Amino acid sequence: MDTFQLIILLLDATLRTSTPLILAALAGMFSERSGTINLALEGMMLGGAFSAAAVAFYVGSPWVGLLAAIATTIALSLLHGFACITHKGNQVVSGMAINILMSGLTALVGIALFAQGGKTPALDKGSRFQPITFPGADAVQDVPVLGLIYSELLSGHNILVYVAFLAVPAAWWVMYRTRFGLRLRAVGENPGAVDTAGIGVVAMRYRAVICSGVLVGMSGAYLSTAQGASFLQDMTAGKGYIALAAMVFGKWRPFPALAACLLFGFLDAAATRLQGVVLPGIGEVPVQLVQALPYILTVILLAGFIGRAIPPKALGRAYVKER
Amino acid sequence: MHQMHGAGETGAVQPAIELRGIDKRFGAVHANKEIDLKVDKGTIHGIVGENGAGKSTLMSILYGFYQADAGTIHVDGKLCEINGSEDAIAVGIGMVHQHFMLVETFSVLENVILGVEGGAVLRDGVEKAREELKRLEREYSLNIDPDAIVGDLSVGLQQRVEILKALYRGAEILILDEPTGVLTPQEADHLFRILDTLKEQGKTVVLITHKLREIMAATDNVSVMRQGAMVAHRKTAETSPEELSELMVGRKVLLRLEKGEAKPAATVLKVDNLCVDNAQGVRKVKNATFTVRAGEIVGIAGVSGNGQSELLEALGGIRSASEGTVELNGQDVTPGKGVDAAELRRRGVAHVPEDRHRMAMVTAFSAKEAAILGYEDDPAYQKGGLLDWDAISAATANMMSEFDVRPDNPDLKAANFSGGNQQKLVLAREIMRDPELLLVGQPTRGVDIGAIEFIHKRIVAMRDAGKAVLLVSVELDEIMSLADRILVMCDGAIIGEVAASEANERVLGLMMAGVDPNEAKAAEGQA
Repeated sequence: MDTFQLIILLLDATLRTSTPLILAALAGMFSERSGTINLALEGMMLGGAFSAAAVAFYVGSPWVGLLAAIATTIALSLLHGFACITHKGNQVVSGMAINILMSGLTALVGIALFAQGGKTPALDKGSRFQPITFPGADAVQDVPVLGLIYSELLSGHNILVYVAFLAVPAAWWVMYRTRFGLRLRAVGENPGAVDTAGIGVVAMRYRAVICSGVLVGMSGAYLSTAQGASFLQDMTAGKGYIALAAMVFGKWRPFPALAACLLFGFLDAAATRLQGVVLPGIGEVPVQLVQALPYILTVILLAGFIGRAIPPKALGRAYVKER
Repeated sequence: MHQMHGAGETGAVQPAIELRGIDKRFGAVHANKEIDLKVDKGTIHGIVGENGAGKSTLMSILYGFYQADAGTIHVDGKLCEINGSEDAIAVGIGMVHQHFMLVETFSVLENVILGVEGGAVLRDGVEKAREELKRLEREYSLNIDPDAIVGDLSVGLQQRVEILKALYRGAEILILDEPTGVLTPQEADHLFRILDTLKEQGKTVVLITHKLREIMAATDNVSVMRQGAMVAHRKTAETSPEELSELMVGRKVLLRLEKGEAKPAATVLKVDNLCVDNAQGVRKVKNATFTVRAGEIVGIAGVSGNGQSELLEALGGIRSASEGTVELNGQDVTPGKGVDAAELRRRGVAHVPEDRHRMAMVTAFSAKEAAILGYEDDPAYQKGGLLDWDAISAATANMMSEFDVRPDNPDLKAANFSGGNQQKLVLAREIMRDPELLLVGQPTRGVDIGAIEFIHKRIVAMRDAGKAVLLVSVELDEIMSLADRILVMCDGAIIGEVAASEANERVLGLMMAGVDPNEAKAAEGQA
């Protein structure tokens, strides 16, 4: 395998590993730009993954699974909103509570329904999102450089990968070019300004967390019905937090967040690729080290390099009318 | 401008706003007691009252921020149900809040259209809004760049954005809540010119303030509130500041402080080339050099946010100096090098910080706990290594009687005292230690007129006892009536000094805006 092919395969894997991060990071962005900290991404992703796999198994359609995942994550978002927006609870505590709840609840329900130690049964082809082959992908495979880029890198992913990448410009457009986006950003910066402009702060924040729920639901469904073929206990393995870190790293903006997700995804893909590879001068790279890289990088980036990222001003603060 | 709405009262001009029997309680606090108010169309109507008199609550009810427990609101003679800001906007009421309701990361244009975007996609509305803004700017001479980011604008301009926001929404009635608190006198004058223009165009303006001078200068009619009740309505031309202040407080008040000549003695505080940086590394105090002598009050004037807070905090030992030195009675006490707030207190520096709730006291503490903050190590408050609560209670009771703190209950939670009484307790704590140097910031912020008089007298008494006093205040009146010498700060630098006897508002105002003191005096000479 030549170097070019290796790079293409690595980038191809990067797209697949960054997809759930992108969807979840955008989800986090919608919530946090409106002023609600969303630490619950991890738990919501897990809940979405479980619902998608379980429903897809019973119904035999990944689309119905996806809808179930989104319904689950919207419900969880509303729960988070009920605690944080309506009752002005601590947003970090609510988020963590949802994470812990979903970690246990998915395993519990999984065991009760399928008795496979918390897993869901493996899905057959028809119950999963299948790769989409672009027209002519096979034909151009042997064309040097471009052929491989087209057939390997661009073609052959499932629909959710394309959705995730299209979601980034779409989210940007919504955020910066629509009335909804203007109000959403305003409510995260100064809810008082929104209230005095005659717009309901609470309703606006609920709409934002619902958007968040839709996106993170897709991210969960991707894990269990597109990338994987079943739900595994705690299969998110911190992806929700990584996505949140990517969003912070991207300064709560869609395109920089995409870049951060791609970086994390690349490290993840590289970790898989580098297993057992002997690098000149270094020897065999310890797998654990490479696997730990994204997390180490997260800590370093968050601690050092983004010190000047300015979060939405009202982030984490429930809106209370002044007296 | 004759608009007839009321069915029965044809022929009469309806007041722009009429409030009937507005009543509002917050728990035990009776914020508004059966308020009646009429505001005539096309006039500037002032509402005065002390802090906590209920002015802001009343206006918040009118703007739909709160709902009244009882009473009705009539706009142009029509009964209105105002349950939210959107209802107020719909009947043509606009409000400029004391704390601006602006999104600082947005442009002027985005702030103006927020809530009235004119379509789900911004593009369509934005161009129309831009045209409309241009028209409003021309009509009311409110020059402002629509694409400027609001956070980069001066407070005076931000306030203009707030006014534009209201006009853009078609406001016929504009409420301004304490609009001049953050402005230089020149900016305030400009604001009043804008308000006059609005009046000429037939708009109605309601001006809420506690500054009597502004009421006298800008309004046609004035209503006075005291302790939640509306106590009087006057035509401005037929009243006087003395009468209004008496109505506000309920008794006669001395507006001008009477104090004798200062008798300055030896230098107590010597600040040389002091620079202070904030946590972000921005230089907030630039090469400050001055002295304060025993037996004089030195005032530092400036628009809020020009470095005076940082200067005071550095001298109090809670910020470090980046450069320069500070000497107290000839000894080096430059903050930061082993000299902290505790050390300064041991050496006889008392500090009354600007922000009472954030720095001067813990509002969740009882009065006696608040009364020993910073001095809890004093042996007088200790017994066998534990706090001696009997001694503390006695000391607190003594402070309370000496400084007329009401109610005089050492066990009451600090939060349950009024602002004036909290401040008197803090002053008692600091002044009764008999310090060499008193650093005092905004001594009367959020304090009612009666207590202001008392606090000012105590500060002058400190001076007359031969102590050095450094006063930081954004209230020019306060600086001018208390200080013997006035230093003016602008953008972190002390740009000049004026003797209190020569000071007037125009000169100080120009200096606060950064004009060189000699030029400021020359400009004043020409005027």
